[in-house]
Amino acid sequence: MSTSTRLAGVAAFLLAVFVLVPWAIAASGRWDFYYTLTSVALLSIASAGVWLTFYIGRINIGQGAYALVGGYVSAILMTKAGFSFWLTLPLAGLFCAGLSVLIGLPILRLRGVYFAMVTLVLTEVARLSALALPVTNGAKGITSIPLPGEVSLFGLTLIPDFATLANPKLAFYLVAALLMVLCFAALYRIVNSRLGHLCRSLQQNEELSASIGVNTAYLRVLAYSISSFFGGIAGAMFVAISQSIYPSSFQVADSVNFMLNCFLGGLGYVFGPMLGTLLLYFGWDLLFTTGRFQLLIYSSLLIVLMLVLPNGILSLLDRKGGRR
Amino acid sequence: MTPILEVKGVTKRFGGLTANDDISFDVAEGEILSVIGPNGAGKSTLFKLIASFLKTTSGEVRFKGRVISDLAPHKVARMGVVRTFQETTIFRSMTVRENVIVAHHLRSKASLLGFFLGTRQARADEAEFGASADDIIAFLGLQPIAEELASNLPQGHLRALSMAIGLATDPKVLLLDEPFAGMNHDETMRMVALVRRLRDERGVTVLLVEHDMPAVMKISDRIVVINFGQKIAEGTPAEIQANEKVIEAYLGSEDAAIGI
Repeated sequence: MSTSTRLAGVAAFLLAVFVLVPWAIAASGRWDFYYTLTSVALLSIASAGVWLTFYIGRINIGQGAYALVGGYVSAILMTKAGFSFWLTLPLAGLFCAGLSVLIGLPILRLRGVYFAMVTLVLTEVARLSALALPVTNGAKGITSIPLPGEVSLFGLTLIPDFATLANPKLAFYLVAALLMVLCFAALYRIVNSRLGHLCRSLQQNEELSASIGVNTAYLRVLAYSISSFFGGIAGAMFVAISQSIYPSSFQVADSVNFMLNCFLGGLGYVFGPMLGTLLLYFGWDLLFTTGRFQLLIYSSLLIVLMLVLPNGILSLLDRKGGRR
Repeated sequence: MTPILEVKGVTKRFGGLTANDDISFDVAEGEILSVIGPNGAGKSTLFKLIASFLKTTSGEVRFKGRVISDLAPHKVARMGVVRTFQETTIFRSMTVRENVIVAHHLRSKASLLGFFLGTRQARADEAEFGASADDIIAFLGLQPIAEELASNLPQGHLRALSMAIGLATDPKVLLLDEPFAGMNHDETMRMVALVRRLRDERGVTVLLVEHDMPAVMKISDRIVVINFGQKIAEGTPAEIQANEKVIEAYLGSEDAAIGI
């Protein structure tokens, strides 16, 4: 793809996300779609993190843990320490990144199904810790979290107080979409810089990677902490929207979904997790009318999709246009 | 002159099995030295110990007088002791050129953050890696397949590619693990010439483990023979061919193989 078509694609995408979607929702009056699309944007950020761990050759079924931790960090800082939400957002991400370094150092030595198993347990550990720790207020969770406040610089209001807004749903949607765009831009840059090439070398052959001088342990931890950073900010953002968090806010099922989003979209494509999240989220909702068959049809469809398109939906592009 | 690589009393035990037992030898700079021995003699283990992929049970390996056997493998690679692999390990889903470029990692001056942000140093590095990769690809005669996916390559080209990866790290000492395995006579002779040129034109000291006796005899300045984890002989190809212990180790049908 040439630079100009790529730029045109990005421009079309930004136009669709920031102009067309709000316009279509205003025209149709389906305000509930804001909540759905905001969720998709945030879930795709968490999935993007999972995708990055796939990129270094690790199956990560533990992103729910970091989303939960990120959510609690943001909630606790806001309610107990009176921090502004906008400050807790990066702090939640950084806390998760730091935590993942401590967890990653021992467990990233594991490969394949062993790493996957340990990460699966992480989500459950996070839930149980949230139940047990005094600071998280146990099963009652943390509620009545204030909406994001105002941010001003030199008397100029950059972001208005969400509580005074007539339509906070739109505001949340725009913030979530902006976060998503930033995260995927960063991911795209990582993958297409030397850092990404080294990650790929790690995915394909760790021993050879070490023998060409790559500090494999460091690189693994680095990729995992970026991944967890994404999980943390997605979790924190969810808390701001729902104004509450409970130990059950992110569960094993969510961790599994983050992974499925990546599979479905395509592990070889940076924008795979975004597309996968959109399709899975809407696919599940569309099947709602089938009642008790919902899960059966949904799971069967997933199995068929993985059999027919093992490299994800975006691999259809490759077959037609032969591009990567 | 001090040798570039010193192997001193290296021993490696796996539980009750002694894979390498008190092995010592020196490698001079610019030398081509082969390590031979029957299957299971401990040659590959010795290579892993030299490149620090395994930790020695006792003994040490020195590079330019400095102990390297207690360093992490990527640090040893950074100092210039680089190992290629017995299995034709390459990065399978990258093209030949991508393989060689990514292998330039050791030479990068910019940080990973620098590469992420695309700083001037990072862009300079990328340009330099590209040029150097093309240079290496030309040196090994791989231009026609430079844009080919590595997983599509036949055996002979894979071997050349793994050598290209080794070269990209700008090694002082290159450890080649069975570079001629699975090759026919013509391919082997071409590879022998290539290894020679590596040494002559790029000044790389080469250590190789090999089964192909005619090739070993042709290529080596000196040979170290290992059997049951112990060094049983060391010398020039002519000396090795006349050594009784070596003949004994290669009893019977294999006598012909070492040209006796």
